[in-house]
Amino acid sequence: MSTEILMPALSPTMTEGNLSKWLIKKGDTVKAGDLIAEIETDKATMEVEAVDEGVVLDLLFKEGEANIPVNKAIAIIGDPNEKVEVKKEASIEKVIEEKKIEKNIEPKIENKKTDIIDTPSPKIEEDRNLSSEEITMRQALRDTMAEEMRKDNKVFILGEEVAEYQGAYKVTQGLLQEFGKERVLDTPISEHGFTGLAVGAAFKGLRPILEFMTFNFSMQAIDQIINSAAKTLYMSGGQINCPIVFRGPNGAAAQVAAQHSQDFSSWYSQVPGLKVIAPSTPYNAKGLLRSAISDPNPVIFLENEILYGLKGPVNNDVNFSIPIGKANIEKEGKDLTIVTYSIMLQKSKEAALRLKEEYNLDAEIIDLQTLRPLDTETILNSVKKTNRLITVEESWPFGSVGSEIANIVQRDAFDYLDSPVIKVNSADVPMPYALSLEKLYLPQVDDIINAAKKVSYIK
Amino acid sequence: MKKLQKADYIKMYSFMLKIRRFEERAAQLYGMGKIGGFCHLYIGQEAVVVGILMTIDKNDSVVTTYRDHGHMIARGLDPKRIMAELTGREDGYSAGKGGSMHMFSKENNFYGGHGIVGAQVPIGTGIAFTHKYNGEKNICRTYIGDGAMNNGQVFEAFNLAALWKLPVLYIIENNKYGMGTSVDRAAAGLDLYKRGEAFGIPGEKVDGMNVFSVIEAADKAGKYVREGNGPYIIEVQTYRYRGHSMSDPAKYRTKEELDNYKQTDPIEIVKAEILKKKIATNDEIEKINKDTLEEIKNAAEFATNSPFPKDSELYTDVYL
Repeated sequence: MSTEILMPALSPTMTEGNLSKWLIKKGDTVKAGDLIAEIETDKATMEVEAVDEGVVLDLLFKEGEANIPVNKAIAIIGDPNEKVEVKKEASIEKVIEEKKIEKNIEPKIENKKTDIIDTPSPKIEEDRNLSSEEITMRQALRDTMAEEMRKDNKVFILGEEVAEYQGAYKVTQGLLQEFGKERVLDTPISEHGFTGLAVGAAFKGLRPILEFMTFNFSMQAIDQIINSAAKTLYMSGGQINCPIVFRGPNGAAAQVAAQHSQDFSSWYSQVPGLKVIAPSTPYNAKGLLRSAISDPNPVIFLENEILYGLKGPVNNDVNFSIPIGKANIEKEGKDLTIVTYSIMLQKSKEAALRLKEEYNLDAEIIDLQTLRPLDTETILNSVKKTNRLITVEESWPFGSVGSEIANIVQRDAFDYLDSPVIKVNSADVPMPYALSLEKLYLPQVDDIINAAKKVSYIK
Repeated sequence: MKKLQKADYIKMYSFMLKIRRFEERAAQLYGMGKIGGFCHLYIGQEAVVVGILMTIDKNDSVVTTYRDHGHMIARGLDPKRIMAELTGREDGYSAGKGGSMHMFSKENNFYGGHGIVGAQVPIGTGIAFTHKYNGEKNICRTYIGDGAMNNGQVFEAFNLAALWKLPVLYIIENNKYGMGTSVDRAAAGLDLYKRGEAFGIPGEKVDGMNVFSVIEAADKAGKYVREGNGPYIIEVQTYRYRGHSMSDPAKYRTKEELDNYKQTDPIEIVKAEILKKKIATNDEIEKINKDTLEEIKNAAEFATNSPFPKDSELYTDVYL
């Protein structure tokens, strides 16, 4: 009997891997626990062990082959005396064919359970400096940090695993090699301590970029972020500012459950003294991170783990920036307004396509980009045009960014509204672990469509 | 250690006296309703900050707790503007927006004045990080109350400071009570200066009622830190004569305990030394007393006559 060895999922968000190296060859006998291959994931290169035993009958991929989907057979082991019905050539061709099909279904994003589409907005396409090459969000963030570190010696980065490990999510890859250990510092798992330290360094004139491995851990340090970083300029009568960027992935990843999936957008957006940014594409990640690093105030920069692998064109001008406090009209429309940010932009775009196809509704999509200060003018102008508004975000519903937008719109554009504002949020519960419940918890395209129908009085 | 000159003795006496007169006047203004909120007095602890002051380089940085009035005076800041912050007026060091607990003077490298117990410790460690990052020979003196020594972030900061050999001098002002809880009811292990041992941070205990002991210890510790050896801890044994804040009647301790400490009053110790060494006469000391009283009286007058911040200031200084 032969057994297939499958491409393993080695991280919560991994959907495909690269075969870096075979540690076995055809004809070898493998025992459970033997190392068989090195696989490069979205986060690291890891060795894979055999679980079953037998003789290696076939290796289905060559070393160096990339983007092999998780759960795809990569080798076959079994009894060499048994007749095996696998033809290598045919098998590889078939896999490649399947890969093409999968790519068409799930373009440019690693996560299997998100409905993400990424067509650059018309405004981005007008950018004359747009790169022909598409890069991932993590590369865009990395490049921007490197560019700013080259410009200004006062910029340095610290956080857990940012240096030697090259970043828990590879966002700081190569920075240690270029800038050295004085400017790229691995910290102990000590958020309260190193956040306070970075705030002190910023008071004294440095410009730290502090990476939280995820924003969930920023709760350990939240006193230093709010009581120290956000309030000291005010408390000192304008003497002591705090030019620091707190960045890292925010919100849900994939099945990491309640303590590792919280969205902090409304928490931080509530605090005067902080600026809060949530990029949605490689393009705006670059422009917004540059503005964040150059800003003399503390900036919360909320990334999204699932978006790290999202590819898109960028503006490679090392001085290109997107101003803080300015929303982007991602798609113009006349029938209703969808205000969103971060990963929910991608879901909103998908919903907008279906709204057009299935209900002939032309939705205008506003990508906030900055949550504080909020670009109320762009929101109000849109609502005055479409007369209907839904907000879409991953945050819990109580007191969310959408709640504040609903307040502003009813106050300043009451007479323009043709229906109540509807908010689409995550469920008002801690994040569950089970895949099925996680999907229910998070806003889905159907939820957005239902909200859009409701504000449009479509049954 | 540099030998103390005659002028140094006078300087010490004047500063300690100025702090005490300032605090007494602040208590009076508080009673009159001119100072609001919390107000934590430094009376009894003057030898700590003045002793450290004698070993200072003006480019060194300081960060301290909310019991900060005396620290600002010792830093050479203007009592008028300190008092004006206490009264919440526009001439205060924080333009009336910080209050007693949150005062800063960036140009004098005085980084607060922090209201959250323990928060100043990672911050001071970060300021020291900057000195090292910039290749400066300066150090950051980070003051810690005994109450904060049971706060987790203090130990996170100790670990980072030792790990990265940061030029930070930690000064524990052990005044025996964290608000109303005595140290022995709060800390398992009363030798707070030993709490850096696990990180390899040397520490020592010093009599904080005697300014000369403080100077000696601060001088030695400061040199150690300045030479790039990493952090150092001094635990200064001191005592606050007043309650934790103005609203604290201090019923948790006996009158005898307080009287006992007053026997070793830090200002009296310096005065006795000055007279013994014939550095100044009784008359000359009297003149310092009179001038100091006058200066603080003027500060109080200035602070109560300075205008309140303009209404438009409510929305300034939120962002730069």
